Amino acid sequence: MKLSKDEVLKIANLARLELSAAEVEKYGDQLSAILDYVDTLNKLDVSSIEPTAHAMMVPTPYRADEVVPDATREKSLVNAPDREETFFKVPKVIG
Amino acid sequence: MELFDLTIHELADLLKQKKASSREITESVFKRVKAVDSKVHAYLSLAEEKALAQAKNADENVGAIHESPLRGIPLGIKDNFLIEGTKTTASSKILENYVAPYTATAAQKLLDQGAVVVGKLNLDEFAMGSSNENSAFGGVKNPWDLERVPGGSSGGSAAAVAAGECIAATGTDTGGSIRLPAALTNLVGLKPTYGRVSRYGIVAFASSLDQVGPLTKDVTDAAIMLNALAGHDPKDSTSLNLPVPDYTKALQKDLKGWKIGIPKEYFIDGTDVEVAKALQTAIETVKKLGAECVDVTLPHTDYGVPTYYILATAEASSNLARYDGIRFGYRNREAKDLTSLYKKSRSEGFGAEVKRRIMLGTYVLSAGYYDAYYLRGQKVRTLIRRDFEKAFEKCDVILTPVSPTPAWKTGEKASDPLKMYLSDIFTINVNLAGLPGMSLPCGFTGSRLPIGMQLIAKHFEEEKMLRVAYAYEQANEWHKKRPKLA
Repeated sequence: MKLSKDEVLKIANLARLELSAAEVEKYGDQLSAILDYVDTLNKLDVSSIEPTAHAMMVPTPYRADEVVPDATREKSLVNAPDREETFFKVPKVIG
Repeated sequence: MELFDLTIHELADLLKQKKASSREITESVFKRVKAVDSKVHAYLSLAEEKALAQAKNADENVGAIHESPLRGIPLGIKDNFLIEGTKTTASSKILENYVAPYTATAAQKLLDQGAVVVGKLNLDEFAMGSSNENSAFGGVKNPWDLERVPGGSSGGSAAAVAAGECIAATGTDTGGSIRLPAALTNLVGLKPTYGRVSRYGIVAFASSLDQVGPLTKDVTDAAIMLNALAGHDPKDSTSLNLPVPDYTKALQKDLKGWKIGIPKEYFIDGTDVEVAKALQTAIETVKKLGAECVDVTLPHTDYGVPTYYILATAEASSNLARYDGIRFGYRNREAKDLTSLYKKSRSEGFGAEVKRRIMLGTYVLSAGYYDAYYLRGQKVRTLIRRDFEKAFEKCDVILTPVSPTPAWKTGEKASDPLKMYLSDIFTINVNLAGLPGMSLPCGFTGSRLPIGMQLIAKHFEEEKMLRVAYAYEQANEWHKKRPKLA
């Protein structure tokens, strides 16, 4: 199955990626080839098989609900590309 | 032999007998890095000053360091482990200037043992790759042949240990990223059971598959590293709260009464002739050591790679959604609104393979395709897991090749993603089943390229795997060979 240009652009938008025309072409071809290969899984009848989400099926562990010190505000902001006082700064969201 | 050529346990003996100091070992390693890393390109950053201070502490017995064979030993850390106050890039432009605000549990455990950290090691961007060509900061070369790749994604870790640029290193393994580079560089690479080692503070790729492990020069060192790394961490809910044995106690020489499973699906046409021959010789060796080799079958083997490229990319597309240019990482400065800020930052920050996998993962999770791809992939994962459960009814440990070929030339598979993905055909299913697996040296090709064999055990039976590996290793000299890097 060959992915159309529109399909590639739709996936890119969902993934929040911007692609050049050359990339649309290249990823279209490569993803189509990979998906064709992935389609070999259709040879298997899996209708009665339970899915595995995690290899080790263990119950979710619980811990006591205690307050413990975590990263400080300053530490959390140290890698911010842009900030003002104690906030992350972003372009205007509401017009 | 120089100090940098030795193993952890050999150096620990020298330190104990006061025949060498950690300072001397650390200086020997840094001298080696300065001599060869311009050719190998294993390191992304070095921490010489800090390392020498750590070595001094080890020599002067400063700090609450208990008796550990790792005390004073220079190690390399893959650059997807966070170490507070140091750059952690995951070989991505999007994290080029990211300074870790905390330390990964696995790295902290090594530091607590008194280990010396030489620096951070190159990898495929976000650990996505099989050749280490996908690093945003330049690929790594194989010390056995600089025109060839070291394997990936822990290629920097493998190349550094093989070249004597650190005594051992950490890696991560999502589909073979420890075992493949170990095999291509004549090292021991161990991927523990999913849940054996904490992943807190590791840059996430595919959370149901990622696992931390060591790359070392021999099996004893692998056991020493696993002793330090293994164990429950309340900060990683997928790490299991089970007792940690002393893995060095598993290292014994005979294999009488042991059953080694040989799966026919792993001994196939298309495997390099010299690799196939080395594996046959390895099988004869374990028989001579007293083991019985039994035929087992893993019928869904061929479905592993397509299953992996659904599940791993789906998880990656979700994990990498956090790189949005808002809280940390690269941001495009021209974007005028939020959506274009996301798009431009991500498109400029991520490399080609990472984008490819995010796209594929987004597609298989998108409306209308989830059942056809993701759910089907999870179901096939069940079949693959069951194959192993059944095989282990007949044997203690499974023996297979690690890679169908020895190290290939840089650029050889770079333009064909599918061809590159198939490099992991023998390692990927171990991750899908969550099993422990390890790679160890089992010979060389005529042109002196290393060949590796893989051992696979049941969940939390790393000791069995280590025992077979050690018995095999002691009957050979492969692990003592070092590359003739000028």
